[in-house]
Amino acid sequence: MSKYEVNGRLYSAEPKPGQCLRTFLRDLEVFGVKKGCDAGDCGACTVWVDGHPFHSCLVPAFRGEGKKITTIEGLSQNGKLHPIQQAFHDAQAFQCGYCAAGMMMTTASAAFDEAHKADLPHALKGNICRCTGYRSIVDALHGKKNIEEDVAGKALGASLANPFTDAILTGKAHYTMDVAMEGMLHLKVLRSPHAHARLKKIDKSKALAVPGVVAVYTWDDVPRRLYSTALREDHLVDPDDTYMLDNVARFVGQRLVAVIGETEAAVEAGVRAVVIDYEILPTVFDPVAAMEPGAPILHNKDEVVTDNGNIFCTLQGEIGDVTKGFKEADVIHENTYSTSRVQHVHLETHGSIAYKGKDGRWHVRTSSQGPFAARTKLAYLMGVPASQVHVYTERVGGGFGGKQEMVSEDLPLFATMKLEGRPVKWEWTREDEFIGATTRHQMTTKVKIGAKKDGTLTALDVSVVSNTGAYGNHASETLAAAMASPFAAYRCANKKGIGRVVYTNMIPGGGFRGYGASQTTFAMECAMDELAKVLGMDPFEIRRKNVVRPGDNVESIWMKPSDASFGSHGIDQCLEIVQRELKKGNGVKKPDGADWLEGTGAALAMLECGPPTEHRSGAEMKLLADGTYHLACGSSEMGNGITTAHKQMAASVVGVRAADVDIINADTDRTPHDTGTFASTGTVVAGKAVMITAEAMKADILDFASRFTKTPVDKCRLDKDAVICGNKRIPLTELHAEGAKVAHRFTVSRKAYLSPRTIAFNVQGVRLAVHKVTGEVRILHSVHAADIGRAINPMQCRGQLDGAVAMGYGWALVENMVHDEGHMVNPQLRNCRVPAFADTPHTDIFFADTVDAIGPLGAKSQGECGINPVAPAVSNALANATGVRFAHLPFTADRLFAGGLTRAK
Amino acid sequence: MNLNTIVEVKRPKSFEDIEWRDGHAFLGGGTWLFSEPQVTTDTLVDLQQFGWPALTVKPEGLEIAATCKIVELHDFKGPPEWKAVPLFDKAIDCFLMSFKIWNAATVGGNVVMSLPAGAMISLTAALEGVCTLWPQNGKPRQVPVVDFVTGMHTNVLQKGELLRSILLPTAALTKRFAIRQVSLTHFGRSAALIIATVKDDGSDFLLTVSAATPRPVHIRFKKTPSASELHQAIDQQLPPGSWFNDVHGSAPYKRHITFYLAEQIRAELS
Repeated sequence: MSKYEVNGRLYSAEPKPGQCLRTFLRDLEVFGVKKGCDAGDCGACTVWVDGHPFHSCLVPAFRGEGKKITTIEGLSQNGKLHPIQQAFHDAQAFQCGYCAAGMMMTTASAAFDEAHKADLPHALKGNICRCTGYRSIVDALHGKKNIEEDVAGKALGASLANPFTDAILTGKAHYTMDVAMEGMLHLKVLRSPHAHARLKKIDKSKALAVPGVVAVYTWDDVPRRLYSTALREDHLVDPDDTYMLDNVARFVGQRLVAVIGETEAAVEAGVRAVVIDYEILPTVFDPVAAMEPGAPILHNKDEVVTDNGNIFCTLQGEIGDVTKGFKEADVIHENTYSTSRVQHVHLETHGSIAYKGKDGRWHVRTSSQGPFAARTKLAYLMGVPASQVHVYTERVGGGFGGKQEMVSEDLPLFATMKLEGRPVKWEWTREDEFIGATTRHQMTTKVKIGAKKDGTLTALDVSVVSNTGAYGNHASETLAAAMASPFAAYRCANKKGIGRVVYTNMIPGGGFRGYGASQTTFAMECAMDELAKVLGMDPFEIRRKNVVRPGDNVESIWMKPSDASFGSHGIDQCLEIVQRELKKGNGVKKPDGADWLEGTGAALAMLECGPPTEHRSGAEMKLLADGTYHLACGSSEMGNGITTAHKQMAASVVGVRAADVDIINADTDRTPHDTGTFASTGTVVAGKAVMITAEAMKADILDFASRFTKTPVDKCRLDKDAVICGNKRIPLTELHAEGAKVAHRFTVSRKAYLSPRTIAFNVQGVRLAVHKVTGEVRILHSVHAADIGRAINPMQCRGQLDGAVAMGYGWALVENMVHDEGHMVNPQLRNCRVPAFADTPHTDIFFADTVDAIGPLGAKSQGECGINPVAPAVSNALANATGVRFAHLPFTADRLFAGGLTRAK
Repeated sequence: MNLNTIVEVKRPKSFEDIEWRDGHAFLGGGTWLFSEPQVTTDTLVDLQQFGWPALTVKPEGLEIAATCKIVELHDFKGPPEWKAVPLFDKAIDCFLMSFKIWNAATVGGNVVMSLPAGAMISLTAALEGVCTLWPQNGKPRQVPVVDFVTGMHTNVLQKGELLRSILLPTAALTKRFAIRQVSLTHFGRSAALIIATVKDDGSDFLLTVSAATPRPVHIRFKKTPSASELHQAIDQQLPPGSWFNDVHGSAPYKRHITFYLAEQIRAELS
């Protein structure tokens, strides 16, 4: 046996010959070493070998022999945080926390010297964070403190630290794959190499003959029940068009055969040994071509009901009279805008572990934004009662909509059910994510818009084509979102639209932060800008003039009652702030030289806070014997900070420190039902449940105290860890003990439902420089104003916006999934980039001063909509700089060149 | 990532100990090998035991061992008359990879990987490096770096042949240089990496085009060319079909940008 020293502890172990240091350390249960890409691109697995930082996924494990290896677990000494950990703590330089270990092992290393600190864009080339937009990481490295003290009675509106901070920063927080289980089996799938093919014959004998392979499952082995992978409350919203395993492959990357075995190596060999005889079928990738008569049809009409052939769904409507509206217009703008397919790239890939518990039930440990909805689907698929299935998360490393999808839970559960309950783990690779998960729906939007000379809109006509790829998960709802708020944001008597979402042989679309609205916000906000230009009007002025206000009908192309309503209205403030800040400037000058062109642009986005479909959430709260509280709420915490917010909301109602409210979340056994954490609902639905539960808790305590002390309840009030009844102060511990004597449990539960939905706004302003020869874009000034009502935790809200805006810049300028006949050409992070530090500008973030009358405690949704105005603001700034309208995302330099950059003014 | 098809790591003390067969792969830093599945490989042949000195200053130039780590090249300080040494750092800076990878990745590994955007290929080609190759059978042979790489992921290496070292000749190391790089993302992978070197007297102007083309291309001038001579020469040697189209930049863009960067370099060195 060889000797390895890890964090000062000696291990005798023998790595496998081709094993990398990352998995070897994890085999030793040093789980702080994370996998973001497993290919050296993301830095999440950074460790020190003899004090030098390495990406441990690229280090052959045997080379660690006899060396001193330090991981995040070894960074703190004698229980004291390392200065960099303390800095990350004070600045809260993480959200999901999955990248934090690698960030700290990089920045705390001796090699990260003053020169590196002075040049972070270079120095952090090898570390990707998908949540923070890097701003809080800069804060940490600059020694900035972003947190406030947790004071009883002042939890609401305080910038409190994430309650899991220390666990995250010391590597003790357990993400989905950070567990060891006796007898764990591994699962991998064979993914389709063809965009459209029928599986004529599958020979699994060679795979079964591979030593260590335990089982091989094909479409013939699994339940043949149609379902949709999309997670939401109402399972009828999405088309049931998917089988767990199918005998038809409809996109490159579709899972076809599952192989289960004792080791990952055996399973991989098993996957390679499966022989499939394919009948290649004709393909179609372009949604317009897919609508043509004679196009290859994706789904059998006896199984999947569509509007017409590949057109899964058509949404259309008209208010007023658009023809008349255009006749009244003095100017008309018409153009076609398109947005690209992008991947969520949550740093923790999908993964699930399923097993039979000692209680005889089925347990699924997973990385999901909707464990309850997943449980319902799993129970349906496996044909077992939902009560027999327990789905839970521990810590989730990012979601962004990508985990509003049941894509990794079903096969491990099926396998463990077949294999005597042995734990079965399916951990996705980064390539799995790129080719086998979901993406933002690619959409093309034709806009025709007319206005009077004074800028008043007279008519709007839009036509949207959405490419949902091979399956229709989230297809109709993203289209509905696309057809709604971006067009409802403006008052216009005559609006008309048609949207179609179409099946093709591309990778399926899915939910993605911004959810359909991002795509048409891009089109609409570019069109508004063009209209302003034709009218010679200021782009802020035309928006101010036409944006919806209280009293207006908030309607897109349908004249029907809506439950969306203004609980507050902060768009005027947002427009003013961004206009003011851009005008004031930040002192950053454009680079010297006549080839650098400078321009500014802005865009707005409106969000109806929550989905129009069903969404509900419950909470339970208990007063404990020690006088503190316990809260259970089903929401998923994937870095969005929702558990921090929920603790603060509950604490503020009962008047204690947030630390006095313990919380459990996202567990179908231990929390009440929650539809899921997506569609901007964490605050407005689950938060509402938490608020009314805490109010019920308070009432319950006061009611008992009133009866116990025989004091009228209106003379009783909570005072931190005590209740004051008249002039008597009774500690809650004492009250609890009194309650116990008479079986009063101090336990309450409430449920919340989403209606009405309030309305939020975001405005993005950009000043940029573009080099007219090289196409390089530099963001000189980025300003964002958000109308999110009361900020429960201002630091977290700002962090959510930092992340959303950064993701918007990624969509606009960096990310580019390239496909060739349905094959992804670049399914690696080094070839399909997401914004690195150097690609992410600092954004000045402002909040409108609003307190919402509908949202709980005055709050509105904040994590989602910030992404939506970014790409159009960039396009508008580019148009302002160059005189050329770039209407098709993304704006990489070569695409700007192809789009006519050299013709710039 | 784990290379689960690997059943053995051979750690030979000398090249002669290797009995090469299909399925073997030389392991340098491992930063590429371990970044992608290698299902046709079953044995790694570790080069680390050879103990080759990373950098050797010789009368004829600088010998860079294939196993020289990027960080070692980064830390190298040459004699003052080697005016091109600062180019090492500038080329290293063109890597997409971070300083952490420098601790593991090797110069030889980058050259042998033979990506169009391999910054060590650009560097050693621009400095007129000559590879010493050790075939499995037969005498060592010499091949200029610019001819070593033949295209995307392809080179002149025969089965089991090993890149032993690259010699940068003194004549090239004493030249002045200029370098330009463009990437679609900030500090990202090169769409074009253009270097030129020239003697102090303005003679022997050598333009090296890389990343924009599938393999590095030398365009040599007796003396620093005029703008139009340069443009013409590039156009002649690299007609529109000869540019490399990939996700890091379209071929027309790379062509466009090469003309621009080359002219900037020419102006700088004039």
